[in-house]
Amino acid sequence: MKDILRELEDRRSVARKGGGERRIEAQHAKGKLTARERIELLLDEGSFEEFDMFKAHRCTDFGMEDNQIPGDGVITGWGTINGRMVYVFSQDFTVFGGSLSETHAEKIAKIMDMAMQNGAPVIGLNDSGGARIQEGVDSLAGYAEVFQRNIMASGVVPQISVIMGPCAGGAVYSPAMTDFIFMVRDSSYMFVTGPDVVKTVTNEVVTAEELGGASTHTRKSSVADGAFDNDVEAMDEVRRLVDFLPLNNRAKVPVRPFFDDPGRIEESLDTLIPDNLNQPYDMKELILKLADEGDFYEIQEAFAANIITGFIRIEGRTVGVVANQPMVLAGVLDIDSSRKAARFVRFCDAFEIPILTLVDVPGFLPGTSQEYGGVIKHGAKLLFAYGEATVPKVTVITRKAYGGAYDVMASKHLRGDFNYAWPTAQIAVMGAKGAVEILYRSELNDPEKIAQRTKDYETRFANPFVAAERGFIDEVIQPHSTRKRVARAFASLRNKKLENPWKKHDNIPL
Amino acid sequence: MFEKILIANRGEIACRVIKTARKMGIATVAIYSDADRNALHVQMADEAVHIGPPPANQSYIVIDKVMAAIKGSGAQAVHPGYGFLSENAKFAEALEAAGVAFIGPPVGAIEAMGDKITSKKIAQEANVSTVPGYMGLIDDADDAVRIAGEVGYPVMIKASAGGGGKGMRIAWNDAECREGFQSSKNEAASSFGDDRIFIEKFVTQPRHIEIQVLCDSHGNGIYLGERECSIQRRNQKVIEEAPSPFLDEATRKAMGEQAVALAKAVGYSSAGTVEFIVDGDKNFYFLEMNTRLQVEHPVTELITGVDLVEQMIRVAAGEKLSISQDDVKLNGWAMESRLYAEDPYRDFLPSIGRLTRYRPPAEVADDEHVVRNDTGVYEGGEISMYYDPMIAKLCTWGPTRSAAIEHMRVALDSFEVEGIGHNLPFLSAVMDHPRFASGNITTAFIAEEYPEGFEGVTLDQKSLQRVAAAVAAMFRVDEIRRSRISGRMDNHERVVGIDWVVTLQGESFELTIDADHGGSTVRFIDGSAMRVTSGWTPGDQLARLEVDRAPLVLKVGRIHGGYRIRTRGADLKVYVRTPRQAELATLMPEKLPPDTSKMLLCPMPGLIVKIDVAEGDEVQEGQALCTVEAMKMENILRAERKAVVARINAGPGDSLGVDEVIMEFE
Repeated sequence: MKDILRELEDRRSVARKGGGERRIEAQHAKGKLTARERIELLLDEGSFEEFDMFKAHRCTDFGMEDNQIPGDGVITGWGTINGRMVYVFSQDFTVFGGSLSETHAEKIAKIMDMAMQNGAPVIGLNDSGGARIQEGVDSLAGYAEVFQRNIMASGVVPQISVIMGPCAGGAVYSPAMTDFIFMVRDSSYMFVTGPDVVKTVTNEVVTAEELGGASTHTRKSSVADGAFDNDVEAMDEVRRLVDFLPLNNRAKVPVRPFFDDPGRIEESLDTLIPDNLNQPYDMKELILKLADEGDFYEIQEAFAANIITGFIRIEGRTVGVVANQPMVLAGVLDIDSSRKAARFVRFCDAFEIPILTLVDVPGFLPGTSQEYGGVIKHGAKLLFAYGEATVPKVTVITRKAYGGAYDVMASKHLRGDFNYAWPTAQIAVMGAKGAVEILYRSELNDPEKIAQRTKDYETRFANPFVAAERGFIDEVIQPHSTRKRVARAFASLRNKKLENPWKKHDNIPL
Repeated sequence: MFEKILIANRGEIACRVIKTARKMGIATVAIYSDADRNALHVQMADEAVHIGPPPANQSYIVIDKVMAAIKGSGAQAVHPGYGFLSENAKFAEALEAAGVAFIGPPVGAIEAMGDKITSKKIAQEANVSTVPGYMGLIDDADDAVRIAGEVGYPVMIKASAGGGGKGMRIAWNDAECREGFQSSKNEAASSFGDDRIFIEKFVTQPRHIEIQVLCDSHGNGIYLGERECSIQRRNQKVIEEAPSPFLDEATRKAMGEQAVALAKAVGYSSAGTVEFIVDGDKNFYFLEMNTRLQVEHPVTELITGVDLVEQMIRVAAGEKLSISQDDVKLNGWAMESRLYAEDPYRDFLPSIGRLTRYRPPAEVADDEHVVRNDTGVYEGGEISMYYDPMIAKLCTWGPTRSAAIEHMRVALDSFEVEGIGHNLPFLSAVMDHPRFASGNITTAFIAEEYPEGFEGVTLDQKSLQRVAAAVAAMFRVDEIRRSRISGRMDNHERVVGIDWVVTLQGESFELTIDADHGGSTVRFIDGSAMRVTSGWTPGDQLARLEVDRAPLVLKVGRIHGGYRIRTRGADLKVYVRTPRQAELATLMPEKLPPDTSKMLLCPMPGLIVKIDVAEGDEVQEGQALCTVEAMKMENILRAERKAVVARINAGPGDSLGVDEVIMEFE
């Protein structure tokens, strides 16, 4: 009996070694942790429960039958983050380069099925050379099994991908369909085809880092939602993100004890808006002063910075924030910012996270590059996302809300629950100068008349009261009491029930 | 007594004057430029009059505009504060002509003392000892070099109308003299509208000690002790104290009596300051007389109990001094730290912008402890490029010098300023400097102790350990809160451990935390222990703790995987990890910041005035590359090493932000 028990321990210790000491050292030498070390950092101490530790591949080609490593290059199981259940898979680069075999895919599929059934997020730690070439189509089938589950899980449980090594070819499409992708700087890259193929086909010479490193994907392509300096920091920040997310689409947002008065008055917000209409200010200051304890988890910080997206808490509960950023391109809506915000709004709506929208938008960006790029359809994504969202929606217009962009930014007309405006708000079809140039074209060579017309227009429209008179603005509020007003608004919406008509699914302009 | 006075100034001094006027039941009128529409002094005053665009030479120092404001508001008297029109004889004359009282000295005294050359002559005649120098005005750079040669280097080049370090340069050779003459002249013109320059011998190893005098218009005059203002950077005072740790009673009396004699010689009334240079043998030389209220007057108020502004108002109203020299008793010790919007990590270059956070320490006034903060700003206010970068004067008082310093340390740690660069870390560093504590200071203190500029503070082992203990205890509170999130698996909650590794300033401390109701006992691996108590809760940006019963105040910010902690002038990234996390963290490669050594970055938001080099030029170490003007100070940017200019990205007239690349080197 004792021997049998010991055998289990022996087998476990073999499995835990993965690809062996030498490969573990090589992994460390690259500044990367091993698959198991990453899980240790991700989950609460001692909470990891492993599945399929001994699962091995069934390949008999190319001598693979003599090369069996228990676990087959991926570690799967569940554990807790601050006591809340999550499922996790962590690819082991020390075993067959983390390549994906049929059995490797089965292990991932198993925990995804369980996550769906039991309503808990899936976190994938990706570090894989790609398909297990020796397995041929079985490996490709394995990918597809995972893809299909990513699709089914989308909107049911949160899915988070962390790219912690290579992720190339078909492998990229699993993370691509999850809710969030994070990368580790200097040790991860993602691309559909690598530098060698790129060179052959297009004659472009590019490094793996330039083609698909963290900087490329957080700044240029927007494939990744954030990047971290190293594995330790990445695991820590994923834990922090999970604290903001509900476990599944039927669970409420998590609530944490909080130490910040919901009625906190911020006098300094009364001077946030500069006297000069065209002078920028930092919208992040408002976000930080509205949030509990100034804690803001920003998503896609480095991309399309003219709009800000991320999570805060108010009264300990998660709120998704979408805010125009006057510091960048005057906070204009364009293709990139519309796409970025639309995806974020849809995530929040899918997981019942209330949305706070802070508006200072001069309109949509004009120009051929925007029109040729399809700003009509991309802008429509954000409009569509806001309009279909049934979660509590609170909007605060701080300054400009011009033209179609006013409608888009969670306006009353898109079923906004609370639409507040600061006294500095200007809700109009356009700014005074532009409007006067159109309305009084014949008087343009008379500066005095034009000045008077501009002044008249400003008096009439450069305020929130025209909209308030119509009920499009529920209340004009003092900037200093915004946190209190927003907190009370969300508190009153905790039992909100709103359903869209039955449909198989909608047809958002993708 | 007056019923209504106008304060012809802005910022903290306008607020300071308004406070006393209110106490005396006098109504106040503020004036403001466009940039000060929402300023604190405007909010505090009973009335406010707009006087023009932001630049001072189009608003605060335009006599006609100020006179119109006086007339319009019906003010009976004017307090000029310091700077601006405070020592402008024409303004005093205009007031006299309009029958409005000037809360300051008579025109004659301003004229006599306002010009540094004349004042020196008068001082000599009154048997006040003076520094050798050339009393005439300088025509041009060649003239300056010639005269400097006669006086002997080093020389001080000064604007005749100058003050506060503006329009002042020290030159050690002909080249510096030439350059200093031109930049002094430019600064003097833009700051004071008077570009007259003179030169005198620069006394090395000096202390700057000044005497506060107070005279009425009935021929009575007293001195209220001295202020030691030796802690200066580029001739700008940074820290002042009263009394001086250097003077003995006899020297104090001699200086005080000479100061009063000088004041009487020019028929002085109101508060005034006679500045002296004092050498190591306690020889003192007259420097200049400031015919106004000084910035650093609060330290005198704190040790004498006299409200100088009140005395100025009473004297201006014709009252006799109610205090005699015998009534003046110096009690305890007072310190003043000037909080400037200057970034110490960027060679103290001005920083402007919005004060996203501004929380001064609470004011205190009891028998053992006084904290006073004179300020003109508020959270959400703007530090503009148009005016002096001083944002507050933090003063403390204690029965002894060391008590005053200790109060100042805690007060500085408790001062929260964000949104702009500021010199709080530097002020803290000076307060902790052993030489400062010893009182053995000269005006060269900063140049000698921080020759490479200020690079932040490195905490000693004991302080590090205290911070580690405090942060570990705080972190554990944060983690326990995190573990109480909703949606946990019942009976399978996370148990927050007691073993931690705290990493800061390149050192790691392994420790164990025993938390109980009253606080935490932190045990280190070497067997030592510290007791930490605090009311800190997660999210508080200021942590007031006691570590082994001694106060520790930390500014706390969140960073990935830890906290950013600022205390005692140190700026630390602190990571608190489980032993296993700490072990794995050691495997992580160190990330180096990008190389900017081959670029000249704009150190502050400002205007390019001049580019001194061209593309392809070889430049020598120390050679001037370009001049950036910010806050009316011309800053010459120099080559850090020998290099060849590869590319120039900016030209004169360009307005640049911080870290914009001005030029690149090969």
